[in-house]
Amino acid sequence: MIRWMPFVWTGALRFLADGRLQTGFIVGGITIGVAVIVFMSAMLAGLEANFIRRVLTSQPQIQLLPPDQVARPLRGASREIEDALVQRPSQRVLSIDQWQMIARRMEALPEVTVVAISMSGAALAVRGSASRSVSVLGIEPETYLRIVRLPDYLVAGRIRLTSDDIVVGTELAADLGAVVGDKLLLNGASGSSRVLTISGIVDFGNKGANLRNTYVALRTAQSLLGMIGGVTEIGLSVGDIYAAETIARQIQASNAVQADSWIKTNAQFFTAVQAQKNTNLLIRLFVGLSVAFGIAAVLVVSVIQRSKDIGILRAMGTTRTQILKLFLLQGGLLGFAGSLTGSTFGALALVYWHQTTRQADGSELFPLIIEPQLFVTTALLATLTGVVAAMAPALRASRLDPVEAIRG
Amino acid sequence: MAEAIVRLEQVCKAYNVGEPNETEVLHAIDLELEAGGFLALVGPSGSGKSTLLNIIGLLDRPTSGSLSIAGEPTSRLDDAEITHLRGHEIGFVFQSHMLISAFTACENVMMPMVVANGRASAAIEQRALDLLDRVGLTPVANNRALNMSGGQQQRVAIARALAMRPRLILADEPTGNLDTQSAEGVFQLMRDENLASGTTFLIVTHNMALATRCDRIIEVVDGRITQGQRPQG
Repeated sequence: MIRWMPFVWTGALRFLADGRLQTGFIVGGITIGVAVIVFMSAMLAGLEANFIRRVLTSQPQIQLLPPDQVARPLRGASREIEDALVQRPSQRVLSIDQWQMIARRMEALPEVTVVAISMSGAALAVRGSASRSVSVLGIEPETYLRIVRLPDYLVAGRIRLTSDDIVVGTELAADLGAVVGDKLLLNGASGSSRVLTISGIVDFGNKGANLRNTYVALRTAQSLLGMIGGVTEIGLSVGDIYAAETIARQIQASNAVQADSWIKTNAQFFTAVQAQKNTNLLIRLFVGLSVAFGIAAVLVVSVIQRSKDIGILRAMGTTRTQILKLFLLQGGLLGFAGSLTGSTFGALALVYWHQTTRQADGSELFPLIIEPQLFVTTALLATLTGVVAAMAPALRASRLDPVEAIRG
Repeated sequence: MAEAIVRLEQVCKAYNVGEPNETEVLHAIDLELEAGGFLALVGPSGSGKSTLLNIIGLLDRPTSGSLSIAGEPTSRLDDAEITHLRGHEIGFVFQSHMLISAFTACENVMMPMVVANGRASAAIEQRALDLLDRVGLTPVANNRALNMSGGQQQRVAIARALAMRPRLILADEPTGNLDTQSAEGVFQLMRDENLASGTTFLIVTHNMALATRCDRIIEVVDGRITQGQRPQG
């Protein structure tokens, strides 16, 4: 008997050790439940973090665009006739009105960390007899590359954007049979053309993006698209990525621009993540309930099996409170022990899954995120579940009449 | 005459009180147990011996009447006070299931002291070993109950009952499940402890040969004491 250990702890540990088969089975059950929770939680967190990282390194967190053009019928004429249908006008590529002033305002906002202006439009990329329609994005590398980390996606060449350079995706380069250093003819929608040199080839991990996205210097795009001095988009980075939607709404309310946050443009992803989180929550709930009922069942049996022991303990001066604590503690210890082994198995399964499962391009499916907080929370919840589950059997044990208990 | 360690006055015990099947098993019991006595409680099965023992041991409460332990009336004590009094003044030896299987012989003897103290200590362990030595069980001090004979288990139970130096030990047929030789050994051990420490023993037994060797025989028949109600002067 360990001398420093309080009586109820000694009793709880000995009772659990004495019924080692029962204890082993229930700890095994808790282990499986906790391992599932740890594995799923960490994997979902990893998948979400991976997606967010990919999204946030390939697009600005907030995009400011020219507002949609709408038809405004003239009203107030003496013999006014209102059409039943007002046709939506075609959306021309327009520069953001007074973009310099808006950009300066954005730079002054404390929530905004980076402001990058850009110009985008459609063009036809031609090399020899092959041609592909592309999206041309003119950027200022010194600011834009702080938002979209093009160097992270580089597979050949380098990100150099002088007025004669272009960076293309792997699919476009393959379709046109081009490599770094080759020339491309770009025909803009306005009729102007430019011959540009491929300085870098990037792979975004998306076939469509690799085929269509091209990057040139801002002035080159302005010239090609016939909008000298124009800017069609202002990209913003913000300190708190999850506040992007709120900030976007505030910006739109006080400026003549359309502000889209990454949360809005990836709404489907968030719906999917939320659905996964809800599913995970339900799984946790049912696993937790299974664990709780398992612990309660084992302790109810234990109370019946140990009723004579309880009677003897009561006869020798053990209080009802001590008996209550003795069984609550057993529940807590079962939950805690199961959470330790379950967390270990869950983490090992996660590491194994992470090492063996890869994406098509060989990169990791999800980053391995094993946060100590997850284990601490799991251990606390499992222990609490054990204590709560033990409440009914513990109350029953503490209320046992000593005479009845000894008689068995 | 010695001071009374237990005094019962007009104690009645009924079950299913207020219901059609109400049954009174003890009828107006008046009884005094003298301190230091070695007393036998006898009577036919179902006569109320165990009920009387449970009431004296504060494991059960009388329906009416009063009970005093060491001069202290117990009727107004709450559950915690009753538990404390029971833990400090009364030791128990049961007929069967004498020990807690999860603990060794030594730990079983330590248990009442650990319960009272909140945790074990060197002094508690030493006292337990001394008690086991007195009952001749030092060699099996670290054995689990399952690995001991019935006679050995009952000796450990006696050592455990003595652990808190109680003034009263209640033994419910302590030799009932033992062979003749073991029963004699256990009885003699209790007698020796009674003489050595002055602890009062009240022993429920069906064995009249053993009962006649006690200081006094208290006989219960149909819930009434028919013999040995008062200590002999």
